[in-house]
Amino acid sequence: MSTQTHQVYKPRRNLELVLLLMALTVAIGAQMLVAFALDEPITTDYFIEGSVYAGLVLAFHVVLRLRAKYADPFILPIVVTLNGLGIAMIHRLDFTASYSGVADRQLLWTGVSIVAAIVLLWLLKDHRRLRQLTYISLAVSVLLLFMPILPGLGSEENGARIWVDLGFASFQPSEIAKITLAVFFAGFLANNRDLILLAGRKVGPVTFPRLRDLAPMFIAWIVAIGVLVVQNDLGNALMFFGLFVAVIYVATSRFSWIAIGAVFMLFGAALAYQFVGHFRDRVEIWLNAFDPEVYNRAFGGSHQVVQGLFGLAHGGLAGTGLGSGNPNMVSLANSDMIITAFGEELGFIGLSAMLLLYLLLFSRYMRAGLGTRDTFGKLLAVGLAVVLVLQVFVVVGGITRVIPLTGLATPFLAAGGSALLANWLIVALVLLISHAARQPVIVGPMVNATGEASSGTESRLQSDGPGARETAVRRHSAPPAPSTADEEHTRLDHAPRGGTQ
Amino acid sequence: MSELAVTVLQFGLLLLLWILILSIIGAQGRDMTISKRSRARAAASGPSAAPGPRNGPPAPAAASHSGPTPRPRPRRLLVSEGPLAGTELPLGSASIMMGRAQECTLVLDDDYASGKHARLFPQGSRWFLEDLGSTNGTWLGDEQLTRASTVEPGDRIRIGKTVLELRT
Repeated sequence: MSTQTHQVYKPRRNLELVLLLMALTVAIGAQMLVAFALDEPITTDYFIEGSVYAGLVLAFHVVLRLRAKYADPFILPIVVTLNGLGIAMIHRLDFTASYSGVADRQLLWTGVSIVAAIVLLWLLKDHRRLRQLTYISLAVSVLLLFMPILPGLGSEENGARIWVDLGFASFQPSEIAKITLAVFFAGFLANNRDLILLAGRKVGPVTFPRLRDLAPMFIAWIVAIGVLVVQNDLGNALMFFGLFVAVIYVATSRFSWIAIGAVFMLFGAALAYQFVGHFRDRVEIWLNAFDPEVYNRAFGGSHQVVQGLFGLAHGGLAGTGLGSGNPNMVSLANSDMIITAFGEELGFIGLSAMLLLYLLLFSRYMRAGLGTRDTFGKLLAVGLAVVLVLQVFVVVGGITRVIPLTGLATPFLAAGGSALLANWLIVALVLLISHAARQPVIVGPMVNATGEASSGTESRLQSDGPGARETAVRRHSAPPAPSTADEEHTRLDHAPRGGTQ
Repeated sequence: MSELAVTVLQFGLLLLLWILILSIIGAQGRDMTISKRSRARAAASGPSAAPGPRNGPPAPAAASHSGPTPRPRPRRLLVSEGPLAGTELPLGSASIMMGRAQECTLVLDDDYASGKHARLFPQGSRWFLEDLGSTNGTWLGDEQLTRASTVEPGDRIRIGKTVLELRT
């Protein structure tokens, strides 16, 4: 995070519009293609749903033009493509016997999420304001993580107690806790980075920080891990821990943190293997997936994983085509295992394209972090990028038997409202950070060379509305006023300069 | 719909997906290589600044401010040494605050810098440097600043472990 260049960026909103139109073509085209392939009639519903999605996305685009003109132009098209493909696949699975009506709910949640992201973008204006919420967001995270355990409020599904029943809908609070924890880690480390770096005891090649500097951090970590082990949700535990290690590594640029983190993770995995039966089952499924005894087990067998692998194999290079495969043979094909459905129907070509989209999205998140000048923004963007990439890694790694399969929502693809909402809120935050990173340096007018008004500090927080920003930018980029050499003698006498003449 | 048409459309979808990816990568251009470029620039400027740190600015800069020829106006502020080496800031017509405080124009990632350490401001066609009561002081060349002084392109401004230079 040490090298950065302040160059003048263009807003590039028109480029975003072109890419968005392509993304919408992919998303809505995929939806239509399902109907063609299954010989279903194209009803007006398709046009209504397509135009609702396009309308919401274009509204987001307009808000970006008004509110965050310099935001990264690539994030939104990538997200729109992934989300649209997800809706199309969920829609396709609704035609099988196992599911019905999930696509409509997914579209509804997409709408809610986009509106929430727009509201966040509109109200927050500057991501640095979140820094004031460092400890509040820790409290909120703890609250969110404990909510499902509370009797009467939490509910259990598929062996994991991670849901909260709101009456009209069930909600997964740990998804939102990802954001609040990332805010806390970023804020805490931005404030205490120097202390953690400088103070500490050196043992061999590794410098250990003082215990009290890290106490809040470790309490946060223990709470997150503890709650999630109690809830039997190991995917999220892995993700929170990965977030913790990645953000602290980026903040201190000490490799020893990765080593310490790996040791802690192995230790945690060993403990979980000893004491959590759920996890032991998962490891057994991972190692002996093709064992007939494990495969045929009535509940908790490897049927899901193995069928997923067969699905990927069936897809081959170019896939069976949307609507022509049997992705519903895998249980939870439209949520946890949606990657296998894509692998089967779009093949290696399609699945690798989607993984590449994730990689591009991750790189844009990181770019926003690299570009912004405040430590908090850097750490927050990196934390959110790590959240994204770890989710993809845990899901795809689990499906391809690289690691034990744990239930995590594939970002933007999987059916599930809470995950969608959380990921869209992350998009709004990263767009704000990238806007701060890419917009020209705005400095106040120079009233008096030594006066209060010319302190040289940025006035981004004070400048309100696009109009004020416009004038400030123009003032900044205008060539300096012509002056003669004599002018400089009028105000300041020259101090002797050492070693120059 | 005929099977052939469906197959053609399926491949069309995959093709469009890849066209989208390639256009995103193409439109990014060299956005992702910025850090590499500025690192190369810092490496190139490092050795040139190293030979004569005690003998004032390099020869071209010294030659430029003698005689009646119009002095080249500094356009950029370059961090040549320290944790932020390679960072560049365009110089406009407004002053630049340097320090560790997050609201500074140039946020120094330097443990020996103060919150609001020093200020660089234009006056006429020259830039002046002023210390803002920092703990460890601001150095211009070999001398510690006691009051606002002019800075010429090539002068070494030292704040903590960070060395900055104006460039034309």
